[in-house]
Formats: sequence, C-alpha cells, structure tokens
Amino acid sequence: MIVNGQSAEIQPGQTVASVLDRLGLSLDARGVAVAVDGEVVPRAVWSSFALDADARVEVLTAMQGG
Amino acid sequence: MIRRMPDELTIAGRTFHSRLLLGTGGFPALELLAEAIAASGSQLVTVALRRIDPAARGSLIDVLSDAGVELLPNTAGCYTARDAVFTAKLAREAFATDWVKLEVIGDEDTLLPDAVELLRAAEELVDDGFVVLPYTTDDPILARRLVDIGCSAVMPLGSPIGSGMGIRNPYNISLIREAVEVPVVLDAGIGTASDAALAMELGCDAVMAASAISRAQDPVSMARAMCAAVQAGHLAHGAGRIPRRLYANPSTPEEGLPDFSQSAPGIS
Repeated sequence: MIVNGQSAEIQPGQTVASVLDRLGLSLDARGVAVAVDGEVVPRAVWSSFALDADARVEVLTAMQGG
Repeated sequence: MIRRMPDELTIAGRTFHSRLLLGTGGFPALELLAEAIAASGSQLVTVALRRIDPAARGSLIDVLSDAGVELLPNTAGCYTARDAVFTAKLAREAFATDWVKLEVIGDEDTLLPDAVELLRAAEELVDDGFVVLPYTTDDPILARRLVDIGCSAVMPLGSPIGSGMGIRNPYNISLIREAVEVPVVLDAGIGTASDAALAMELGCDAVMAASAISRAQDPVSMARAMCAAVQAGHLAHGAGRIPRRLYANPSTPEEGLPDFSQSAPGIS
C-alpha cells in the first residue's frame, strides 16, 4: 500500500481510519481530506472504507498558499 | 462610466466588509501570518492542499480559525483540468466549503493560466455546485466566457504570480470590469500598495495579495498598507477622477489680479 507516495506497512482490509490513526490524526481532524486510487473518500466513510493491498492513499491538509 | 459600488463586497451572496483577499503563502511563520491577517483586515484568505506532514509545527487551520476568516481553497500547482477538479473536490471535503479559487497553470516559468484547461475545469466545477473564482489572464473575452458558464467572480492577473510587476495592462482590466457583471478581483502581480490602489481605481471590486505582503521586509506593515490602499482606491473610484489633459488648467482664478505694472522695480 502506498500512503502519500511512500510504501506503508498496513494490512489489507484495514480502513482509511487506520491509516489516519498511524499519522496521528483523529476522525474529526479539521482540514483533512483523503483520496484512494484517485477518488475522494468522504469523511463519513473513513472508518468503514476498507483498503486493498495495492491501494494508493493520499492524505492531504491545509498548507500555506496564495 | 463611473460605477458607484456599494461599500460591501458581495460574492455569490456572501458579503465582506474587506475588499482585500489575502494569500497565506510565503509567510515564514504562522505567528507572522496571524498578525498580517489582523493588519490586513481581510476576511477571505486562500489556502492550498498538500500531503500532510506529521512533523509539521503548528496548525494552519487553527490559526485561520482563530483569525475568524473564511477559507478560499486554491488549486495551485494543477496543470490540467482533471487535476484541478480533483483538488477542488478534495478541498471541499477538507474545508467544508464549495468555494474554490480555480488555478490551472500553463507553464512553470510564467505560471500563467492555461485558458483552455481553465474553462474546462470551471465548467465541470460549476456543474458540480462549486462557487468558482477563476484565476485568469487579463483577457476580457475569456473573463466573459468564464462568467457565461457560471463563475461567481473573475480573478484576472495584473502580471505573473509573485513577480511584483504590478498591473501591466490597466486597459484590459478596465475592459474586463465593463465586460462582466460579477465581482472582479485583481489577482497576482501586486508589488506594493500603489498597485492595489490602481486596481481599485480601475473599478475592480477587490484585490488579492499574497507575496506582496508575505515577502515584504515587514509583512505586517505591508498588510496595513494594502488595506489602506484598497480602501483609498475604492473611494477614489467612487469619487470619480478628473479627466487627463495635455495642458495645465489653473485651479486659481485669473480674474482679480492686481495691475503688476505699478509694482516697485527692484523688489522681488
């Protein structure tokens, strides 16, 4: 599994919530968005969205920008 | 034509007292950003979306929340309509806003907008219910096309992002003001306060400044200067400037002058 461009030791079947937990993020973390394989995963399903072994996960947040 | 503008800025039904939008990029510290926001009086600030850095110090979101400002997520760094639409959807999820400052960049040297991709992305986002504020070239026809497909404002550039070159084609900015009914926000290229004042004098409804403030030697003072300049330019536009003339036009009457032939010689 790839999380933010880096391979991550996460068991298949784990959810988006587990990935966030590893990054120290809670389910109510403000200003966070998640995409899996190029699709936005809404916050409401973070704890139920199971990840495939080859999932590409992007975890994004607010950054300073013009 | 003089346009009398109401004192508040309204975009897509939302009203702002401040006509200065602040970009959060380039501030070396979040504390400085917070001070600059306060000094600028801005109520609408841009944020970008990037991969989370668990080691990052401080939370931008917390700082902006404490400042009480509205967030305007941007799609900076996107070179295709596809990437920009994806980024906008992620931003909607992250920040719980359907507003987006749509940027689709054409090349990395100029960071000028790619007009074709921009229109394509704008259309898709408007259809998806977004409030789209596109960063666009200073082309009045493109601005009109963007408004025709449902954009809530247009954000023409004065000159390339971060160049500080000011407004290279004031004439086109005036034409854009005449061409569209939605708010015109001068974006990109502002170097100092006089550039912001000029934008407002040309009839723009607001100015967006990022690098001009964050990369100034004293960002907080520059934020204050931009705030004053935007207000001054807005007032001046509403007041109606005098026409330009080639020759002088005395402001003191010619009549009533004494007979100078009687004045004593040698006295100056």
